[in-house]
Amino acid sequence: MKPLATALTVLSLTGLGTTALADSHVDPAIAGAMKARQAHMQLYAHNIGVLGGMARERIPYDAEEASAAASNIAALSKLDQSTYWPEGSDNSVEGSKALPAIWENLDDVMSKSEDLVMAAGAMEDAAGQGLGALKGAMGGLGGACGACHEDYRESDD
Amino acid sequence: MVAPVLRWAAALAVAGGAVGWWLTAPDPLPTDHLAGLDGDAAAGEQVFIAAGCASCHTAPGVEEADGPPVLAGGQRFETDFGTFVAPNISTDPAHGIGGWSDLELANAIQRGISPEGAHYYPAFPYTAYARAEREDIADLIAYMRTLPADATPSQPHEIGFPFNIRRSLGGWKRLYARDDWVVTGELDSEVARGRYLVEALGHCGECHTPRNALGGLDRDNWLSGADNPEGDGRIPDITPAGLGWSAADIAAYLESGFTPEFDTAGGSMVSVIENTSRLPEDDRAAIAAYLVALP
Repeated sequence: MKPLATALTVLSLTGLGTTALADSHVDPAIAGAMKARQAHMQLYAHNIGVLGGMARERIPYDAEEASAAASNIAALSKLDQSTYWPEGSDNSVEGSKALPAIWENLDDVMSKSEDLVMAAGAMEDAAGQGLGALKGAMGGLGGACGACHEDYRESDD
Repeated sequence: MVAPVLRWAAALAVAGGAVGWWLTAPDPLPTDHLAGLDGDAAAGEQVFIAAGCASCHTAPGVEEADGPPVLAGGQRFETDFGTFVAPNISTDPAHGIGGWSDLELANAIQRGISPEGAHYYPAFPYTAYARAEREDIADLIAYMRTLPADATPSQPHEIGFPFNIRRSLGGWKRLYARDDWVVTGELDSEVARGRYLVEALGHCGECHTPRNALGGLDRDNWLSGADNPEGDGRIPDITPAGLGWSAADIAAYLESGFTPEFDTAGGSMVSVIENTSRLPEDDRAAIAAYLVALP
């Protein structure tokens, strides 16, 4: 919580957080932060795709590959994201689906992110232990991702 | 929102007078609707899950927990018509439905009529539940009666004029509440089961189908996506042309919440997945079979 709050304070003091942004003139710092977090999400999706492909039996189960993907997810879940989420990068900016509620409920966001660390850890333990174990950990991981997307991401088109 | 308000007001004016009064009267179920049925609570739990009751009627912020849901109400739904607040439907005799008869509950669920004979707002998807089998409703009621009581009073909806005239909902029901199936024709048993889960219990059309200015579902654009009734963004098009997923992809999504690209469900769909993940695998497959068979 603390590093994120500090980062947000610094950002808002430096004016990055409070500028109202026209769609076509996205502040480069905001645009960069959005790119970083979207890339982060893409890395999750790619690695979960390996596990999910095995869980759905589209690709053969391979313990080593599964463990590597799960370790990546666990590592990603622990990265410090505080500079990815400057105030003013909510869905009022084109290309952002982040709801303003994120910045109003930072404690909850951080607690959900800790839940993700736990779920990713459980998957890291399970992924190399056979297809059954991997499948068993998928629901927890999906639930941890979804918990944040439920409250904090704009509905999809 | 001015135009829809005016149209609503105009509809009200047209519906005025004695004819209007008759047209807007509640139309309850026949009194023998549940006759001869012994509700089975265990089967009713499956109906309850498929109908998604807990998603709206548990208290706000309550995470899906092990153990029976506490249907204390209190979740707020902000819409163009005002803010609806889900009521307490726990077994509490004073604040919930503990004192209601089975027929009163069935009229609430399938006709949108309160025990006092008032119309409910269609934020409660009784227009979908109207298509449910009466056996399922008897089972559902038996299950609801096993759930814990909670004494939290229901909160009033925050609805302004003219939408706060409940009587006018009788006219709305005449215009838009239809209990016939949207998808018709020869269906195999799996697709028919999927239709039942999607069009009746699951009430998927409530969010995934666009509405007209008075909030009536546009059945010609069934499940083709709509503005999010609760605010930001869009609810996706889930017709084959709009979604493009295989039946296996859809069934897997309803189980795990992961899309074929391994993004996850978001928004209100997260609660839906909590329910569909607890359905039998055959039911998820049936929903998928129905969706890929849509025109």
